[in-house]
Amino acid sequence: MTPGTAARPPATPFWRTVWTVLRKDLTVEMRSGEIAYTTLFFAASCVLIFAFALVKEGKAPEGGAAGILWIAILFAGTLALGRAFERERQAETLRALLLAPVPRPAIYVGKLLGIVALLVAAEAVLLPLVDFLFTARLFVHPFWLAGIVVTCTVGLASVGTLFAAMLVRTRSRDMLLPVLLYPIVVPVIIAGVQGTAALAQPAFDEALVRFWLLLLVTFDIVFVVLALWTFEAVMSD
Amino acid sequence: MLRSMSKCLTFVRCALVVAAALLVLTGGPAVAAQDQPPQPQDEFVPVGNSPAPEQIPAAPLLIGAYIVVLGGLFFYVLSLSRRLGAVQQDVQRLEGELKRRGRA
Amino acid sequence: MPKWFTPAAILCGLMFIISPVLIARAPDEAAMGMVYKIYYYHMPSAWMFLLAPLVCGVSSALFLARGRGEDDRRAWAAAELTVLFGALTLITGPLWARRAWGTWWVWDARLTSSLVGWMIGWAYLILRRYGGPGSDKLAAGVALFGAVNVPFIFISVNYWRTIHPPTTIVPRLPVDMGVPLWFCVFAFLLLFILLMTMRLRLEVARTRLDALYVALDE
Repeated sequence: MTPGTAARPPATPFWRTVWTVLRKDLTVEMRSGEIAYTTLFFAASCVLIFAFALVKEGKAPEGGAAGILWIAILFAGTLALGRAFERERQAETLRALLLAPVPRPAIYVGKLLGIVALLVAAEAVLLPLVDFLFTARLFVHPFWLAGIVVTCTVGLASVGTLFAAMLVRTRSRDMLLPVLLYPIVVPVIIAGVQGTAALAQPAFDEALVRFWLLLLVTFDIVFVVLALWTFEAVMSD
Repeated sequence: MLRSMSKCLTFVRCALVVAAALLVLTGGPAVAAQDQPPQPQDEFVPVGNSPAPEQIPAAPLLIGAYIVVLGGLFFYVLSLSRRLGAVQQDVQRLEGELKRRGRA
Repeated sequence: MPKWFTPAAILCGLMFIISPVLIARAPDEAAMGMVYKIYYYHMPSAWMFLLAPLVCGVSSALFLARGRGEDDRRAWAAAELTVLFGALTLITGPLWARRAWGTWWVWDARLTSSLVGWMIGWAYLILRRYGGPGSDKLAAGVALFGAVNVPFIFISVNYWRTIHPPTTIVPRLPVDMGVPLWFCVFAFLLLFILLMTMRLRLEVARTRLDALYVALDE
């Protein structure tokens, strides 16, 4: 060490940073409940509006439940993403995170896991609601359902977390987030809807469900890798 | 930081290869199980002379397609030229203004 | 403009004037008759529609890595050409499909992913237009996702059962159909290069204009 220079603090390990960021987000959310309650209420309202609009004489449209479920999750997730990063911006905590001696990709992964946890908690309420309102038979194969739901949610959240973080200092960010996010997550939504619809069929086709699940896993890996590469570069200023 | 990120990415890259391989191995039967759309043509077969009456209904679509392409390209080039002309005019105006201020 | 621009533009214009003659001389197709000749403009448009986001994605990756303005300008130009050639492809395709398949559109993997790719191009342009300062890097991030979509668009037609012709069509074309096709492909490629050059020139001029405004304010 050359004289006159201070010792640099050791960089925090990757997964410890992820856990710290995740724990911070979950703690804040459990104390205030702001995003969780509003996201859940909005998603449930979406599903109810679809039910009012589409259920005729007690009969739901054939195969419509899967699409309605994922539209509600997508809209609610967009609101949650925008609000999560708006909270960081208002408290100036995002700047603090970026200045901290931690790996930047770890911040992304921590935020991603927080958003996924939030959305999965909302889905735990939405799935029974959709199943009830649209007589969708979603829970006949619960493990396959869990796989499809989690992988689709990770796909949505992986792109959404990156773009929400990128847009936090941009004007018109509320409008731009869905404009940027929705075209890119269309393949994930299609796979999620098709996978969920395949689960609800009376004649269960395991090969077809496995296909959509593997496609979702592939999308998740591609999007997360791209987001890890991109996050550092776009958050550097 | 770079070492932990590269480790993470190496792991993820491996996972990507495995997932893609799994998809290839298991997706085929699933894809085959999908509803069958009409079989696509996999090659174009030329004919000699098509009977004239069969060509007529196709003509509006064919002509419309070529008009769309050529018209679209023409209007784009026009738009680009206009934008370029407007910006170059502004550049010349501002350069003149700067020169005047430089002299003044 | 560079010295080669004017001769290249004249050549490109001549190629587009000659192309309908070559296309008219090509034989009709056994199943589709005359309407398949939309293919001679649809397919080159589609190839440019796939090339543009790749150029955009590579330039964006270089911009994020190196931070050079020329990479960002090239990415923006390529994004605009993605929207242009995407529109041409997505209009000529249904015109052909109406006659060949009996329907304007099907939600298969190729057409859906093409529409998604086109929308990503629009998202890039909207972000550049309304995103304000710093939108260059953000748009570069979006462009990377758009570039990843391109291989999916190309291989989807071989992987999924679809009504769209697969990629085996081109290598198996007979000579009297192949000649006009490759002529049109080269005409469109030359046009792509010319349009990129013009669009880049516009960005360079805009950058110069911004610098002049800053100099005037000082």
